[in-house]
Amino acid sequence: MRVALFITCFNDTLFPQTGRAVVTLLERLGCEVDFPQAQTCCGQMHVNTGYQERGLALARRFERVFADAEVVVSPSASCVAYLRANGAGLDGRLAELTEFLVDGLRVEDVGATFPHRVTLHPTCHSVRMMRIGDRPQRLLERVRGIDLVELEDAAVCCGFGGTFSVKNADTSMAMLSDKLSHVLNSGAEVCTAADNSCLLHIGGALRHQRSGVRVMHLAEILAST
Amino acid sequence: MSKTGFPAAARVALADTQMRRNVGKATDTIRARRAARVAEVPDWEALRDAGAAIKARAMATLPEQLERLEASVRRAGGQVHWARDAAECNAIVSGIARGHGAREVIKVKSLATDEIGLNDALAAQGIEAIETDLAELINQLAHDTSTHILVPAIHRNRAEIKLLFERTIARGQDLGWEPQALAEAARRHLREQFLSVPVAISGANFGVADTGTICVVESEGNGRMCLTLPRVLITVMGIEKVLPQWRDLEVFLQLLPRSSTGERMNPYTSLWTGVRADDGPQEFHLVLLDNGRTDVLADELGRQALHCIRCSACLNSCPVYSRVGGHAYESVYPGPIGAILTPQLRGLENAPTLPYASSLCGACYEVCPVKIDIPSVLLHLRGRVVREYKSRRSPEALAMEAVGRVFASQRRYEQAQKLARLGHGPIVTAALPGWSAMRGLPEVPEQTFREWWRSRPPRPVDGDGSPP
Repeated sequence: MRVALFITCFNDTLFPQTGRAVVTLLERLGCEVDFPQAQTCCGQMHVNTGYQERGLALARRFERVFADAEVVVSPSASCVAYLRANGAGLDGRLAELTEFLVDGLRVEDVGATFPHRVTLHPTCHSVRMMRIGDRPQRLLERVRGIDLVELEDAAVCCGFGGTFSVKNADTSMAMLSDKLSHVLNSGAEVCTAADNSCLLHIGGALRHQRSGVRVMHLAEILAST
Repeated sequence: MSKTGFPAAARVALADTQMRRNVGKATDTIRARRAARVAEVPDWEALRDAGAAIKARAMATLPEQLERLEASVRRAGGQVHWARDAAECNAIVSGIARGHGAREVIKVKSLATDEIGLNDALAAQGIEAIETDLAELINQLAHDTSTHILVPAIHRNRAEIKLLFERTIARGQDLGWEPQALAEAARRHLREQFLSVPVAISGANFGVADTGTICVVESEGNGRMCLTLPRVLITVMGIEKVLPQWRDLEVFLQLLPRSSTGERMNPYTSLWTGVRADDGPQEFHLVLLDNGRTDVLADELGRQALHCIRCSACLNSCPVYSRVGGHAYESVYPGPIGAILTPQLRGLENAPTLPYASSLCGACYEVCPVKIDIPSVLLHLRGRVVREYKSRRSPEALAMEAVGRVFASQRRYEQAQKLARLGHGPIVTAALPGWSAMRGLPEVPEQTFREWWRSRPPRPVDGDGSPP
């Protein structure tokens, strides 16, 4: 299957390892990956901050860049949910990574090995906007050697919320503080999610505290052998 | 609303660790109870749809419904008044109370009367308003304001209430630490007022247009006593509380208690229609309050905020509310519903930070019994703040414009990525302020994904892309 990758500006610039992992994973599963280089940003930050005109122009730009793609896969639940909500879901051809794996390729065992203790932050937009259900869990459960541990209050927001984390930094930090204690209490070595925006937030604080717990995008775990 | 708005008020609130613990614990408890009671109802989603549909119809035909309600109440022997704003409403209510020579009035918990500052307006006329809801009484005794729609004193714990009562209504007594004893002290204090005060003031949960019936839903029974014992009853009802038909109550009396207190049915549901000779109040006034509601109705997307039945499920589910509590919203309507209702009722220019008081996590929408799409309304109001009130030359607007231009072109975007790596440029600048206090700044990797993609050999190398 030919798959066009929408990496998102965020991953492209700050988390290239996630993009490399998605390519590795999809190729291992027999996909031919294409990366349209005209892609930039979907406009979510603009729309969520109130700059709808700018943001929606970027969503239209996204549609043009990916107009000819058969299937578009993205490792960001948040960007995919936003694009769908704004009529840029490419008539059902746009899928978030775990959706594509479970529903598109119909695989749950992606042949990964990751012998570490891991906890999953399900992410608000995965759970409540995308209705992604337990797809991430199902994929993780099939990873060899993994020790998946529960995260208390998992579905509660980590406090990122894009520009919310800057505009309401104090409130955001109070939310993050609780998320961090749940992550630390879980005993996990790795906190994972289907979205690097939450992980930028959680991971930034874990590093700031010199906590010894790291964050990894789900794709990086699934790409590991 | 203070000049600096929600972020600054939240900062103050977050420093009150006792409040955070009280609110966090209480919201956790109610949230769990609601979830259990909702899970029991097999047709919950259908009920939510029905609730949303009834409210949408009522709002679409509001003038007609209100005229029907007015006619029905008059037919049943009640009097109906129309109040455009807070000042008109306060004048009507205090005029009626004065006309009866009242120096005191007793009150059922009511958000609408808090919204218009009725107690202060009555005090200015020499009339003391006595709150009979336990939590409202606590706030009144503490000279405090409500922080929750359903549980106005949610920010106080048992020990704080005991000490407060022993300083006020139970001076010199040791009440002990049991909630029952504290409730008993309040009961003894209130009972006398019920029997002696001639005028009561209430709000309304629902007003049924076809019968003229008003409905108040409560837990304590204090409301029931206010509604039945005094000779004169004045009900202040926001115009959005009208329901077209009697049978609509069937839907809302299932949705409301489960969503609010997490009960199958609330202990007291009072319904009355006008006046009845020798039974209950002999004079009934219904004051229909606009106070900004018709302005809200004019906003096609924002108007769904008027569907709210004040259950408070969105507050209890909100990760922002459950940490900052209610005072930071600087309104009688806190939490997610307050973030969309207050700016619309008061005008966006008077509360421009409230639509931003959310991480858009969607927990509020998920629990709303009438399916108010709060995240979408928040976004809509943010758009209006930017379009209508924000200077195009504000640092934020300039940054957004600059970043938008960068994203509009592949060439500019790739240049910006290179600049970001050097530690400056639009991407980093936009994300910097306020971030680094708790979260380390992300290091920008040496190679972007697209650079790696371009540098890839034609066939993927084994092991390429493994995690760092």
